[in-house]
Amino acid sequence: MNLMKSLIPAAAICAVPQLGLAQEATGEAAQHTQYIFTTLLFLMAGFLVFFMAAGFAMLEGGLVRSKNVAMQMIKNVALFSIAAIMYWLIGFNTMYPGDFNGFFAIGGPTVLDPVGVDPAEAALDYASIGSDFFFQLVFVAATASIVSGAVAERIKLFPFLIFVVVLTGILYPISGSWQWGGGWLSEAGFSDFAGSTVVHSVGGWAALAGVIVLGPRIGKYKDGKVHPMPGSNLALATLGTFILWLGWFGFNGGSQLAMGTVGDVTDVSRIFANTNMAAASGAVTALILTQLLYKKPDLTMVLNGALAGLVSITAEPLAPTLFGALWIGAVGGIIVVLAIPMLDKFKLDDVVGAIPVHLFAGIWGTIAVIFYGEASLITQLTGIVAYGVFTFVGALILWSILKAIVGIRVSEEDEINGLDMAELGMEAYPEFSKG
Amino acid sequence: MQRAGFAGGTKGINVKLIIATIKPFKLEEVREALTEAGVRGMMVTEIKGFGSQSGHTEIYRGAEYAVNFVPKIKLEIVVAANMVDQVIETIATTAKTGKIGDGKIFVLDVQQAVRVRTGETNEDAI
Repeated sequence: MNLMKSLIPAAAICAVPQLGLAQEATGEAAQHTQYIFTTLLFLMAGFLVFFMAAGFAMLEGGLVRSKNVAMQMIKNVALFSIAAIMYWLIGFNTMYPGDFNGFFAIGGPTVLDPVGVDPAEAALDYASIGSDFFFQLVFVAATASIVSGAVAERIKLFPFLIFVVVLTGILYPISGSWQWGGGWLSEAGFSDFAGSTVVHSVGGWAALAGVIVLGPRIGKYKDGKVHPMPGSNLALATLGTFILWLGWFGFNGGSQLAMGTVGDVTDVSRIFANTNMAAASGAVTALILTQLLYKKPDLTMVLNGALAGLVSITAEPLAPTLFGALWIGAVGGIIVVLAIPMLDKFKLDDVVGAIPVHLFAGIWGTIAVIFYGEASLITQLTGIVAYGVFTFVGALILWSILKAIVGIRVSEEDEINGLDMAELGMEAYPEFSKG
Repeated sequence: MQRAGFAGGTKGINVKLIIATIKPFKLEEVREALTEAGVRGMMVTEIKGFGSQSGHTEIYRGAEYAVNFVPKIKLEIVVAANMVDQVIETIATTAKTGKIGDGKIFVLDVQQAVRVRTGETNEDAI
């Protein structure tokens, strides 16, 4: 995802002879084949990433208490749908504005290729607009899902959804344009292949701002002690993690943005193998570390460890060796196990561990690019800080405005009775007693 | 033994109620041993409670929390007085692990017992 759309033609023309694969790119049929395969990559990777919406929903549903599960489900289905609409309305063309000042450009609604497009009119050196748009829109939905988990069990539905409108329509696309739209950070040499920073840290920063403005759940921090609130269904949380793991092959693999040559398709397979390795090592690291620290392994942290491994490898899933992916993912696993109790020390109540997984491991993954990819530490840190300041400050202001105008938190009684009955008047598990 | 109708015997001193709390995983073993010892019925309830140990602690996501009430099984067994010692002995040996939380046994007098279907009372009702 590190090239802007309008640069692709030039890049493709330059890159192909350098790779010594010129024979594959000559002739009309070969060009059509490249277009078809890259479009196919976007469509298939896109529906894998789409399924991550189900993964987030199940992970979050499993880690909240049973009285808040239906609320968590409606947040997830609504945020995905809002993201899809906002990304069409302004998001896509704000993030990929073509030639712009490198910082800020508001785009209009997305327009698809005409029905039965003439090959002469199609972007033969890239992919169809529909596939590109779809692939990009499932990424922004992932960012919004990250926020949903952190602020669970005490936020009001509609203020949260208003936040999602702004996040997916404005905040994410503007900061995204700096890198993937060919803006100033991409010019500066910042490297973030599939979005450790652009997607995951952005979601993490927005979540952190939300958690600060919202405050912890009632009873979570009392008398100087942390009071755990165990999740309702760890089988669902595990299913959710496996779905996210599956979706990540599309997330990282599709970000190769091309599948028309031997080199590209081989790179996609390198990315699949590295992505899987990082997840596995993140999970194993968390398994061993929680056993050593707590005398029993903590399943929820093993799940977070796998996800942290995935986030860590997302900034550079192509260049590392399998061993490289292993240790980068392992460091992600360590970060998440140590960061979860640390957040509790600061009384930052992140229900599902979204901030350690997506923000902290995202920062780590972005730094880790320097070990195998082509990037300098200074540029990577510049990008991390730029995304952090813009998203965190933007989200903090937005949450504060929402808090002042409509209020973002449910009443004490509603929170204790559960958001399912208070906000929706229905329960996820009506035949169970109150949890 | 005196056979009493509804009008008579509220004496019932020959019938005892044994209440025992045991570890849940021991239930099947205790049931088998009691059946062999001649116990023909029991009431079983899943309960939670605490004793001298006052629960224990677990860790969730790096934070320690107290489990104040520990799951237990409560048995209620009504038997003729002459069987009490044997029942206590059976439960005490079968439910014992030697570790903390094995449970307790209480014995109470029963004032009256009636079998609903036949109207039999006291030992005959058991």
